Amino acid sequence: MTDIRTDRRYSEDHEWVLPLEGTSARVGVSLVATDALGDLVYLDLPEVGAAVTAGVVCGEIESTKSVAELFSPVTGTVLERNEAAIDDPTIVGGDPYDDGWLLVVEVTEEGPLLDAEAYTAHAEKTA
Amino acid sequence: MSATGTGPRTTPLHAVHERLGASFTDFGGWNMPLRYGSETAEHRAVREAAGLFDLSHMGEVEITGTEAGRLLDRALVGRLSALAVGRAKYSLVCTEEGGVVDDVIVYRTGEDRFLVVPNAGNADNVAGLLASAANGLDARVADLTARTALVAVQGPVAERILLELVSDDDADAVRELRYYAAIPLTVAGVDALVARTGYTGEDGFELFADADGAERLWDAVAAAGAPVGLVPAGLAARDSLRLEAGMPLYGHELDLDRSPYEAGLDRVVVLDKPEPFTGSRALAAHAAEGRGTTSGRTLVGLRGTGRRAARAGYAVQLDGEVVGEVTSGQPSPTLGVPIALAYVDIAHAEPGTALDVDVRGRAEPFEVATLPFLPRPKRPSATPTATGATSPAEPPQAAAAQPQDPAQPPQNPAQPTENAGA
Repeated sequence: MTDIRTDRRYSEDHEWVLPLEGTSARVGVSLVATDALGDLVYLDLPEVGAAVTAGVVCGEIESTKSVAELFSPVTGTVLERNEAAIDDPTIVGGDPYDDGWLLVVEVTEEGPLLDAEAYTAHAEKTA
Repeated sequence: MSATGTGPRTTPLHAVHERLGASFTDFGGWNMPLRYGSETAEHRAVREAAGLFDLSHMGEVEITGTEAGRLLDRALVGRLSALAVGRAKYSLVCTEEGGVVDDVIVYRTGEDRFLVVPNAGNADNVAGLLASAANGLDARVADLTARTALVAVQGPVAERILLELVSDDDADAVRELRYYAAIPLTVAGVDALVARTGYTGEDGFELFADADGAERLWDAVAAAGAPVGLVPAGLAARDSLRLEAGMPLYGHELDLDRSPYEAGLDRVVVLDKPEPFTGSRALAAHAAEGRGTTSGRTLVGLRGTGRRAARAGYAVQLDGEVVGEVTSGQPSPTLGVPIALAYVDIAHAEPGTALDVDVRGRAEPFEVATLPFLPRPKRPSATPTATGATSPAEPPQAAAAQPQDPAQPPQNPAQPTENAGA
């Protein structure tokens, strides 16, 4: 099974949420998603200051073959976005859990999130 | 090849692909390797060294008999009876209305023997149409798809790899094998029809063999090629390679609703054959009316100046007005820009014309480009002989595929050097 980190939680849409200090959290996509997409070529992420809503599309991840919508796993305000990954989306494919993070969000509300075990089961079911 | 049951079919190399950790996709009713790792790396390997493809999903239909050529003349748009033994030709199967049923490669493997290679999803249909056309002729049609494996080695070092796998006595035959020619040879102990054809825009070979020999053939090519950079490559790389080479893919650039004249395949259609052929009446009318006869559009290449790729189905626009539709598109790994094939109104088909593609609500800038996006590399040993240059077997697309030919008119946008197998 694909590597699923246990230090964070996941949406059913294959985004992960890693709590940071206070109420902020880092957001990215799982290896399940990047494996399915193939080589990434373009990221469309919300601007810093933009409001995002859990379960609602906030951007796009484009691979050589397809385009996937990025759903925000949390509700809040974008504090940071990964400019290095925007410049070179292959970073996300190569390291989706660390260097390939996408956003830091000031979280006001989380969407439905799964722990690693539940997400693993979900990913196996939907594979 | 497993051909029964309700799921997609698998090729005789399926276990090999699983062992290599391939991602699979359903293509034309077959469960095929999409990629083994990075599709971009596989693409680059084919451009710089070589790639190894399993194409066993393609159809193989053998036509035998003294009137085999006549059958093909009736069923296809080209004059296959004029094909020289040992040569291959790109052709089309059309409907009576002139729509494209499939694009095929035809190999003449003997005086009374041809091998027709249709696309995976169309193989049954094409075999059936050929069988119908055999009525009253001394010609027999046999669908060999289920028992035939097809392995392709494509890329600038393909010849070098193949030379490792044939006897010294056959080495010259490999070196001298011309583009769009085929010869039976023993490769790594496996009897194969070795064809200098492919679908990548690179030099390379397609090896037809009995399914029983597939794994041995694959393993031998993989082992011989690994030291010089060959990697297994999946359908994802195959698709981006053919797009850079400007080759049409059935179901994208070609379908029942498109005339060969819209697709820029005028040269493939031979209207002055002694006998009528399926679609000849409609195609003669299309020829008389000119290009874009069924929709007013013609197939062109598009090159983007932004980062976002056009995808199949996206609208092509000029000043906000829809003037076409994308049929295939993605970022070009070699050129580093988005490229696409699209049908656009004839008035806007000139190379250099600035157009937009509606990429999910945003107008992205593109320009009509001369095809192919990448010129086919010249292979010194492939220089046509005097005989070959005038041979009726010379595939019309071979001339179009000659590289760096600025004189090449842009009105033949898609240059099919082979059929659409990806």
